[in-house]
Amino acid sequence: MNFFTHFGKFILMISGMFTLPENWKMYWKELMQQCIEIGVRSLGIVSIISAFIGAVSTVQTAYQLISPIIPKATIAQIVRDTIILEFAPTLTCVVLAGVVGSKIASELGNMRVSEQIDALEIMGINTKAYLVLPKILAAFIVVPMLVIYSGVISILGGRFAGSMANILSTETFDKGLLINFTPYNVTFSLIKAYTFSFIISGISAYYGYNVKGGALEIGQASTKAVVTSCIAILLADYALASLLL
Amino acid sequence: MIEIKNIKKGFNNNTVISDVSAVFQTGKCNLIIGSSGSGKTVLMKCLVGLFEPDEGHIAYDGIDFSLMNVNERKELRRQIGMLFQGSALFDSKTVEQNVMFPLDMFSDMTYKEKQKRVNEVLDRVNLNEAQKKYPAEISGGMKKRVGIARAIVLNPKYLFCDEPNSGLDPQTSLVIDKLIQELTVEYNITTVINTHDMNSVMEIGDQIIYMYQGFKEWEGNKTEIIFSKNEKLNGFIFASDFLKDAKDMRMLEIKGKIDENRDMDKLLKD
Repeated sequence: MNFFTHFGKFILMISGMFTLPENWKMYWKELMQQCIEIGVRSLGIVSIISAFIGAVSTVQTAYQLISPIIPKATIAQIVRDTIILEFAPTLTCVVLAGVVGSKIASELGNMRVSEQIDALEIMGINTKAYLVLPKILAAFIVVPMLVIYSGVISILGGRFAGSMANILSTETFDKGLLINFTPYNVTFSLIKAYTFSFIISGISAYYGYNVKGGALEIGQASTKAVVTSCIAILLADYALASLLL
Repeated sequence: MIEIKNIKKGFNNNTVISDVSAVFQTGKCNLIIGSSGSGKTVLMKCLVGLFEPDEGHIAYDGIDFSLMNVNERKELRRQIGMLFQGSALFDSKTVEQNVMFPLDMFSDMTYKEKQKRVNEVLDRVNLNEAQKKYPAEISGGMKKRVGIARAIVLNPKYLFCDEPNSGLDPQTSLVIDKLIQELTVEYNITTVINTHDMNSVMEIGDQIIYMYQGFKEWEGNKTEIIFSKNEKLNGFIFASDFLKDAKDMRMLEIKGKIDENRDMDKLLKD
């Protein structure tokens, strides 16, 4: 199947999601469950990656800023902007594409192959609305929160690494955080987060929902979901940076 | 009652079922039998609305499915219960939650009322002890019984079973067959069963349709199937020498010619 066929089927899946729920309470329950699965269960990996990315950013920025006339506080400034503009939204979402995206694709794929989706359809439930929409909405809710959380942890990680490695003191780091701070960078970061959350959840759900076959095809769908999501995130990253900065 | 007329369905220019007409009676076990690839699963999926037939009509108690609007179809679906070949239980939910799911979605019952109903149906399928277990923790036969319980929890008018004995040993298969038959009579349901298990055919086949290469080749009941002269049907059912001998013995019993020694060679020569 070529790109346009996939894109068309994707649009049909998205448009098929928007029907009145059969039972609002059950949909709400499913939404909350997905928020926990996507958000809460990803906190650990996001924390670890964010802390280390922040630390590495500080160390490597210090390594590159060898001129003595540049104040040390500049390190914090650069680390702050790099994290807010790129590492927090993009790197976090690429990681989430792997963790969350593969989970969504394999869960839906397994449901398709074991006829659980057919069972729901026969009961009269719109499975696109009941299974896919809560995942996309949950991603919209929790992924930006995870990006903000990642930004904070990364900056703290950088602060900690800077002081531990005697690169710059925490006071200098804190001063640097406040220099030339552009609030729009946070807005831009959140725009990226919302865009990437739709990419991760939508693409993964598409591949999982349309699995045909058995265990092998579920694995293939999961891999394709992750790869396609990552590529789409990077393309969107470039597009957003070109358009909005 | 479900009536189908001239159903035709194909995929990618290949016709899978052609011109199939039948009436599935209420309060009876209606079986669709046939070898793999004969079109019985596609026919069943057309009956439950998972596939739209390319031609023909399906009427539920006189109302044509294709003429129903979205809300009417949704309402009809709530009157349908289905048991899938693999049970199709929700892996992340316990047995109790699986059976309660249709009640959670479609009823206004309180939690206590739902629990009472779940206990009733699980009791009916003899599975009360497994309520808190997950599908991965129960046997194949238990999964089928949970599937049946979930299918009947909303008191459906129509019950569809896609190869309900698949993967089960003969004894457990018999238990499942008997359960389906009892529920069909007890709740006066129109039951349609897709199977190629001859034990099921001979035990509970009130009305049998034999599918061959997408066509309805033969129709009858479990007594008529023994006397049928349809070669394709006989080739399908009595494929093994053992079953051929069993058929001959049965016919002799019916004709009153069997003796105490049951000397088959002698009797067949006669």
